[in-house]
Amino acid sequence: MSDPILKLEGVHTNIAQYHILQGVDLEVPRGAVTMLLGRNGVGKTTTLRSIIGHWRAHKGRILFDGEDITAKPTPAIARSGVGFVPENMGIFADLTVEENMVLAAASGPIDSARLDWVFSAFPPLKTFWKSEAGNLSGGQKQMLSIARAMIEERKLYLIDEPTKGLAPAIVSTMARALKDLKAQGASILLVEQNFAVARALGDTANVMDDGRMIWSGAMADLASNAALQEQLMGLSLETH
Amino acid sequence: MTAAPKHAPKMAELSLADRLGPWMPVLLVPLLVVLGALAIPETSSWLTLTVSGLAMGMMIFIMASGLTLVFGLMDVINFGHGAFVSIGAFVGVSILLLLGQMTAAPSLGLNLIAVLLAVLGAMAATGAVGWAFEKVIVMPVYGHHLKQILVTMGGLIVVEQLIIVLWGPEEIYIARPEALKGAITFAGAALEKYRLVAVAVGLVVFIAMRFVLRRTKIGLIVRAGVQNGEMVQALGYRLRRVFVGVFIAGSALAGLGGVMWGLYQEVITAQMGNQAMILIFIVVIIGGLGSVEGCFIGALLVGLLQNYVAFLEPKAALISNIALMVAILMWRPMGMIPVVKAK
Repeated sequence: MSDPILKLEGVHTNIAQYHILQGVDLEVPRGAVTMLLGRNGVGKTTTLRSIIGHWRAHKGRILFDGEDITAKPTPAIARSGVGFVPENMGIFADLTVEENMVLAAASGPIDSARLDWVFSAFPPLKTFWKSEAGNLSGGQKQMLSIARAMIEERKLYLIDEPTKGLAPAIVSTMARALKDLKAQGASILLVEQNFAVARALGDTANVMDDGRMIWSGAMADLASNAALQEQLMGLSLETH
Repeated sequence: MTAAPKHAPKMAELSLADRLGPWMPVLLVPLLVVLGALAIPETSSWLTLTVSGLAMGMMIFIMASGLTLVFGLMDVINFGHGAFVSIGAFVGVSILLLLGQMTAAPSLGLNLIAVLLAVLGAMAATGAVGWAFEKVIVMPVYGHHLKQILVTMGGLIVVEQLIIVLWGPEEIYIARPEALKGAITFAGAALEKYRLVAVAVGLVVFIAMRFVLRRTKIGLIVRAGVQNGEMVQALGYRLRRVFVGVFIAGSALAGLGGVMWGLYQEVITAQMGNQAMILIFIVVIIGGLGSVEGCFIGALLVGLLQNYVAFLEPKAALISNIALMVAILMWRPMGMIPVVKAK
């Protein structure tokens, strides 16, 4: 196997007085979808935010594409090829869909072929291109949030719960778009609570609990083992 | 997973009320002008007061626009903003006094060159002081509102004392350049030339700011940064640099406002910036923190109301702007054009 695109080695992160990440180890292979799973509040979002630099890891190392980015500022990490879709979507509500996308294309003007591809994945964005993003529905906002990451080719996509709170129809649209992204050979680290989506998209899986990684392996192995799911996350596929 | 039904969104037809909603604050300015016309019997008086109010509003807008962006972009409450108004006024007026022969000459060209040099000098000085102020005073207190208030107020006091050290404690009187003295008569009303110039300058500044904010990438970054700075950084933009740039530009604009305010009142004092801060804060708050358009509308409302009320009921002028702020915040608690924060 080639060297991973992203590697976390014993990462600890504090938020105020709370010690959230307590020695996280993680490898994200190139060209694959890596699932980050676990119950609520175990540190999945903090892991992504530590990688992008919103919160600083005070111990351990984060290696991206062979380079230590632990102490790098967020803009430098983003410019080195990391696309980030936060849990709260982070759209700019007062800006139009177009302006959101123009801003996301940080390295220059939007590539029209890539924009067509984004529109094919998320048709509503074309319909509401000139509308203020704040007027979009929840699902459309999530589409915009992912589309912003997709509008430029990134070495790694960090996506935090893209299907959270969405209707099944929109979840399917999201899953299709992420499959499309995966088919292009993208490396994706995906936090997802919807196990059906995780099973459909994931190549490898990592399960967290109490700020640590408690299991890593093939997604297929986890998906096929209800007892393991129950043990790791207190759920099983039969309930989903 | 079930197959998704075809997603075919439609654009909704907005009702008249929905369409007018966002424009309501804009309509307040003509509404106030009309109310002024109804309340003031003589057309000439109303016209004079309207131009005076617009001029005052434009100058307040120029002084306040930087403050609203600085607050919106980095959540920095800069009580020291008035220092840039004072410094701008003193530097600008000093240059004008040095160029006394040019300002006294009955030549529009020479007068304008002198004013332009004074404005450029004032803006350069306040921009430079703004850069130092941000580095030394503001940067160490990011994210701490109480410390920001205390330390920037302290900065304002220090700057006021430095002005007194450099220029002396006495107020300085300044005569407007010859070409800007006097008034023109229109529809029986005497309209001061300087006020008309102030209106024109204010409009130019507003249009230029809107152009930069709406039509350029840097403007897009600023607008997005006001809403969600963290996400702007996650897209690869160094917001800190943008903020420093906005702080410098805002300080320079306050300097421009200071020169104009000084020439408007024809006297400058070290405390003039501090005194202007009350109006500046009212404008920034009623406009909606971080909104340049809101700041512009708020400034015009404050300028017009102050002039109308001072004419109709001089004693009430003191409370008119506070009353305006209370009324607007009861109507729109986040200000007239609130900026959607998504932090």
